Amino acid sequence: MNARAVTDACFHCGEPLLGSLLTARIAGRDEPVCCQGCLAVAELIGDAGLSDYYRFRTAAGVRPDSPTGPDRWSVYGDPQIAAPFIRSSGDEDSATLAIDGLRCAACAWLIERVLQGRPGVVEATANAATGRLLVTWRRAELDLSQVLRTIAQLGYLPHPLSAQGTADLQQAERRDALRRLAVAGLGMMQVMMFAVGEYAAQFTGEVIQPDIHSLFRLVSLLIATPVIGYAAAPVFAGAVRSLRLGAINMDVPVGIALGLAYVASVWNALVAHGEVYFDSITMFVFFLTLARFVQMSVRHRTTDLADALARQVPAHAHRVGANGLEAVPPGALCVGDVVWVRTGEIFPADGEILDGEAQIDEALLTGESLPVRRRVGDPVRAGTQNVGDPVKARVTAVAGATVLSHMVQLLQRAQTRKPAIARAADAAAARFLTFVLLGAGVTCGAWLAIDPARAFEATLAVLVVACPCAFAIAMPAALSAATARLASQGVLVTNPDAIEALARIDRAVFDKTGTLTRGAVSVGRCVPLADLSPEHCLEIAAALELPSEHPLARAFAAVPVTEPACEVRVVAGAGVEGLVGGRRYRIGTPEFVADLRGEAVAPDTPAGLTGTVVALGDEQRALALIELHDVMRDDAPAAVAALRAAGVESQILSGDSHEAVAAVAAQSGIRTHYARRTAWQKVAHVERLQRAGHRVAMIGDGINDAPALGTANVSIAMGGGSALAHASADMALVGEHLESLAGAVAIARRTLRIGRQNLIWAVTYNFGCLPLAALGFIPPWLAALGMSASSIGVILNTMRLLPDRKVRNGTDRLRPATQPPALASPSALRGAA
Amino acid sequence: MSSLFLLVPLSLVLVVIAGWAFFWAVDNGQFDDLDSPGWEVLRDEPTPPEPSAPDDV
Repeated sequence: MNARAVTDACFHCGEPLLGSLLTARIAGRDEPVCCQGCLAVAELIGDAGLSDYYRFRTAAGVRPDSPTGPDRWSVYGDPQIAAPFIRSSGDEDSATLAIDGLRCAACAWLIERVLQGRPGVVEATANAATGRLLVTWRRAELDLSQVLRTIAQLGYLPHPLSAQGTADLQQAERRDALRRLAVAGLGMMQVMMFAVGEYAAQFTGEVIQPDIHSLFRLVSLLIATPVIGYAAAPVFAGAVRSLRLGAINMDVPVGIALGLAYVASVWNALVAHGEVYFDSITMFVFFLTLARFVQMSVRHRTTDLADALARQVPAHAHRVGANGLEAVPPGALCVGDVVWVRTGEIFPADGEILDGEAQIDEALLTGESLPVRRRVGDPVRAGTQNVGDPVKARVTAVAGATVLSHMVQLLQRAQTRKPAIARAADAAAARFLTFVLLGAGVTCGAWLAIDPARAFEATLAVLVVACPCAFAIAMPAALSAATARLASQGVLVTNPDAIEALARIDRAVFDKTGTLTRGAVSVGRCVPLADLSPEHCLEIAAALELPSEHPLARAFAAVPVTEPACEVRVVAGAGVEGLVGGRRYRIGTPEFVADLRGEAVAPDTPAGLTGTVVALGDEQRALALIELHDVMRDDAPAAVAALRAAGVESQILSGDSHEAVAAVAAQSGIRTHYARRTAWQKVAHVERLQRAGHRVAMIGDGINDAPALGTANVSIAMGGGSALAHASADMALVGEHLESLAGAVAIARRTLRIGRQNLIWAVTYNFGCLPLAALGFIPPWLAALGMSASSIGVILNTMRLLPDRKVRNGTDRLRPATQPPALASPSALRGAA
Repeated sequence: MSSLFLLVPLSLVLVVIAGWAFFWAVDNGQFDDLDSPGWEVLRDEPTPPEPSAPDDV
């Protein structure tokens, strides 16, 4: 028998094992997994000969839904439902899918491999950078539902994207920027080649033949023209746009200097007299384009809002019509329609329950970690998930009128209000630029009066020397370096402005569910009430819950079951009844369990149990009370302490119940906590803190956090959080290690220090050289050299921020980094006995 | 030095070709995802699942 690997985390998904004894055989080794779902996926991957995935992945896998879960993909087999997502050509169909959980290149490799191994699939290309998959298949052999099901079996959640929206703007922008970069780069290399020859000749005192000299000039002109006309076109466009708006941005003096230098050079090249500046021009344009390309790449990492919304609203709804059920897109629903929502499906619109009793997971909207019960007449919201029995609901609001879309509007407003820091920086730069333009004007005028022949050179020198190039990259360079440094620590920065904000925070507001906690229900303590041991009670409970689809039942998935229950009956909103080993048991609410033994009143819950308590009993006695709760992340106390040491006080702002919030606050060492807060109250709370003069970092993961994330000075989303939270956040904790927060604050503060040094250096250079250039002591070539040197100085100083390029030990990336949380480990369960 | 009158225009032609090749590559999506293709080398033919390996303790 193989030695059990020394780990307490699931081999596939990295979640804590919670005492699971399941193992999957991967590459000849028995690896521990946490539940049947992970077991199925791991074995699927192993059996397909794709176990290399586990060697090369950089992020843990996704915990799949239970393999026995309801099939939600078959509806896409209906050509009418599938039509909006499919592009057809010949006998082939293709679709673009957004894949939840596609986090690293190994995931992309795995998905492609598995799809390509399926007969009928022509091509599958997964892009790890955008989380999208392009798949093409032969219509005669496959349909969309089978493709989606194949992906879902691997534990990833596919979302088909509308075929009309696939004209991917970001991709177009990236390609455009790359082309401009190539033109500028090739142009710079060619022109520099001639320029170096000319400078070398000047240096050694040799004379270049006049005809060769003019050949160099004309060829340089030929090459510089597309660089100016194509690569630098966005600069001119930006300058024109900003002048039209009556503002001055960086593009204006850059555009003027480039335009002047180019026109003068062209003139001088054609008349074969005077200086040409093609080398300075092309070099300048290249560095400018490069900087913008880097900025754009960072920006594109942000998930776009449309994508996030597409993931939240289901692609289809079941309308109860005159001829029974019909599948329709949610957009076709009207107020008053009756929809049928099955177990596991997402409500397509706001509505009210018509019959049946629903268990609804509202975690994304309210932050409530446990499902809530909704009875006839109760409201339900679009975007929430029905985790109980199938229900009928009458639609009360559709599309833009739903709570979900209201939330999105709130978020958009928060986002447009945001960049106050960016505006301040722009204003400072604009003042400086105005000063430079005025300086150039004065220089030009003065030289025209004194010596018109030198006016042009002096003006150009002022524009180039004083062009706040080093000034302009002083902060962005530091921020980019910090972005790279933070990324190496698992903090993905999507908005570079946020680093500055992060350096100044003094309050950290945490959401509870999914942020301080793992967002997955697990078994806490088991308090036996009769003579059965806690282990035995848990085994009975797990046997009863095994067939149940209830999310609370998932907490028991880790407990090994030797004897499955029979005659299992699920009573919605109450619990489960079944036979285990010939005896009849019930598990569920204390009332439901007490009812089996004929008692009306359940025994009091002993003090000290927090979270949700379920009871277990048979026909004679109450057997045990089992505490279910969300497991706290084990690095939360350390993170809170480290933040406090850095002068940042933490708070909890949660939609969950008071008891649950207080328990987590006590464990993590957070003194201030607020429970039962709606998304709007969260926004109000953050604004109150800000009015009191605090600078707030908000850390959250749910859709309900999104507006508050947008309001806070800096917002951080958990890597596993909802896409909408990502879209509104400035940063994401990819590895979900809360401990990296304090490190991130320290890096941000260091970044500001280095940025400030850069600024001082750049300003000293600019203001020192400006008078010299205005007085005509600096020829344009020296100005260009000085400008480059000052920029290089800034970059060298900034390099100190970059992460060490040490070769990382490959092995420690293979193991999921999660540790078993103290509360839910098997020893804690036994300790409670 | 008169060879330059031939060589310089020739280099221009080469630059145009290089630029054209780069544009072609960009439009073909060669630069859309710079992460995943690094894993391409791992994409060998799927090996059949190993018969149970000798126990390693």
